[in-house]
Amino acid sequence: MTTPDLSVSLCGIFLRNPLVLASGILGTSAELLERVARCGAGAVTSKSCGPTPRAGHPNPTVLAWGHGLINAVGLSNPGADEEARILRDAKARLAPLGVPLIASIFAETVQGFGEVARKVAEAAPDFIEVNISCPNVEAEFGRPFAADARDAAAVTAVVRRAVSLPVIVKLSPNVPDIAAIARAVESEGADAISAINTLGPGMVIDTDSGKPILANRTGGVSGPAIRPIAVRCVYDVSRAVRVPVIGIGGVACGRDAAEMIMAGATAVGIGTAVYDRGPEVFAAIAEELLAFMATHGYTAVSQMRGLAHDD
Amino acid sequence: MTIDLPTAFRIRHLRDESPTVRTFILDGALHAEPGQFVMVWIPRVNEKPFSLVDDAPITLTIARVGPFTEAAHWLREGDRLWVRGPYGRGFAPLPRPAVLVGGGYGAAPLAFLARRLRAQGVEVSVALGAKCARDLVLVERFQAAGCAVHPATEDGSLGHRGLATDVAARLLDKHPDAALYACGPEAMLERLARLCREWGTPGQFSMERLMKCGLGVCGSCDYGGLLVCRDGPVFSAEQVLGA
Ligand SMILES: Cc1cc2nc3c(=O)[nH]c(=O)nc-3n(C[C@H](O)[C@H](O)[C@H](O)COP(=O)(O)OP(=O)(O)OC[C@H]3O[C@@H](n4cnc5c(N)ncnc54)[C@H](O)[C@@H]3O)c2cc1C
Ligand SMILES: Cc1cc2nc3c(=O)[nH]c(=O)nc-3n(C[C@H](O)[C@H](O)[C@H](O)COP(=O)(O)O)c2cc1C
Ligand code: FES
Repeated sequence: MTTPDLSVSLCGIFLRNPLVLASGILGTSAELLERVARCGAGAVTSKSCGPTPRAGHPNPTVLAWGHGLINAVGLSNPGADEEARILRDAKARLAPLGVPLIASIFAETVQGFGEVARKVAEAAPDFIEVNISCPNVEAEFGRPFAADARDAAAVTAVVRRAVSLPVIVKLSPNVPDIAAIARAVESEGADAISAINTLGPGMVIDTDSGKPILANRTGGVSGPAIRPIAVRCVYDVSRAVRVPVIGIGGVACGRDAAEMIMAGATAVGIGTAVYDRGPEVFAAIAEELLAFMATHGYTAVSQMRGLAHDD
Repeated sequence: MTIDLPTAFRIRHLRDESPTVRTFILDGALHAEPGQFVMVWIPRVNEKPFSLVDDAPITLTIARVGPFTEAAHWLREGDRLWVRGPYGRGFAPLPRPAVLVGGGYGAAPLAFLARRLRAQGVEVSVALGAKCARDLVLVERFQAAGCAVHPATEDGSLGHRGLATDVAARLLDKHPDAALYACGPEAMLERLARLCREWGTPGQFSMERLMKCGLGVCGSCDYGGLLVCRDGPVFSAEQVLGA
């Protein structure tokens, strides 16, 4: 029997395996991005960066509440200029390892996305991921751009014009029809879609004091608890568009990764599992996915892709 | 077992160590290794990392340096503090004479370690550094555990006039087979790590970085690709010099 091949192509770029470090997990420095690559990730994503430095929210910002994490880090980041320097360093460290770099960006305004994208693109990452699922935005009532198909499309169009790199748009699960948003960003030139960002917002209350524990009171929920929702979102999105999907949300083991791929994902993002199993989780899940494929007779990842779809 | 959600404990006893440092003894226990830390939450104020001075009862020694520690120092016996943890990798006590070097509140995790080492029958010498005599902390704890304490003060008001690192070098000279454990300002730790490398002394160093999650996910405690909250806070001389 031939050993299964874990490699995938994402927008024509080679990934030795489909496992991608999700944005906001350990992606704060070139050294940490390199470490995660050495731990076996197929690609790594930097923490979302905006136009100017932000301190983020006071602590507590992240809690392990029993079935995953809840976080309100508040998009702390060093600003696009400093981020470009980090990304350049990261790119140099990742290149010899053959691990692509995804640079994640956010902004408060549609035009802002274009400016951050241009700055970050100078560092020559392999992809730009556009995080339109953050709460600090210009749209009315502070809704994320991902909440509205027109806003999501407008951001995509601006970034598309700003850079020649492949553009990934990261969607929020907190919408009634994620497929509609996916179609809108595809029509404006998104080369790939990642789904999903955190679910919620949620809240954890300390019953001794009666106070919400997160300093921001509410935060995004991630980890095993959201996996069924993430799988459904990836299923809906991959049926609605032709571009590849990075399936993210609660993936903790090889079987979970296979499930995401069967829902239609080309690559699989991993965030919260780094908390449960350490940065070594990437090699471990790759190993488990390999064993899963061998057991079920799959020789290529593409043989599992979209199996859950009827047609 | 790690407690991952902040859990309320009452302050059973407060003790002033110096004009700016206070020890908090809580009415509960954890299972921890010396060198591990906890995240301490005060609702609506903030949440910050502190070393355990003891795990049963939970004992913390907190220096007043800013808004959070100021708020902690306002608390009285009977008030509550919220704690989650223990987190991180602590010291690994070795079965050979121990030289402990503490700068400022760096004495905190070492006091816990000293008790463990003494319980294993290990001979423990402690070099404690501070600006002046009244800034030395936890001296009685080390003495009660049966350690030889060698203070160093910058103004010479007690013990050696100068730095704890000078005293440490002298102690290592006296115990060539010793292991060194240290916590304090980074310049001190780097100096000691270099000393360990030169002398072939096994060294363990407790480092600090800005911590947010304490859980190994946010990346804020990055130390040259190492995570202080998860891979540390205790690192080897090679890790300290390489990071
Ligand atoms: C593993 C570890 C163990 C520690 N153990 C002790 C201890 O036993 N006793 C003690 O008094 N202090 C300890 N500290 C330091 C303590 O966390 C800070 O002094 C405290 O957070 C200061 O908060 P503040 O609001 O009072 O002051 P701020 O004005 O916010 O900060 C004062 C200084 O404290 C440091 N600091 C601030 N926030 C953090 C943070 N989130 N993480 C790390 N450092 C921070 C910074 O260097 C800053 O310059 C430890 C830190 C770490 C990382
Ligand atoms: C602590 C933390 C910080 C995060 N920060 C970001 C971020 O900066 N940008 C972003 O696009 N997503 C961010 N996310 C969302 C993750 O990238 C991911 O979409 C989500 O956690 C679901 O995946 P998981 O269940 O595998 O964690 C963050 C998640 C966590 C837990
Ligand atoms: S404090 Fe978040 S990774 Fe260490």
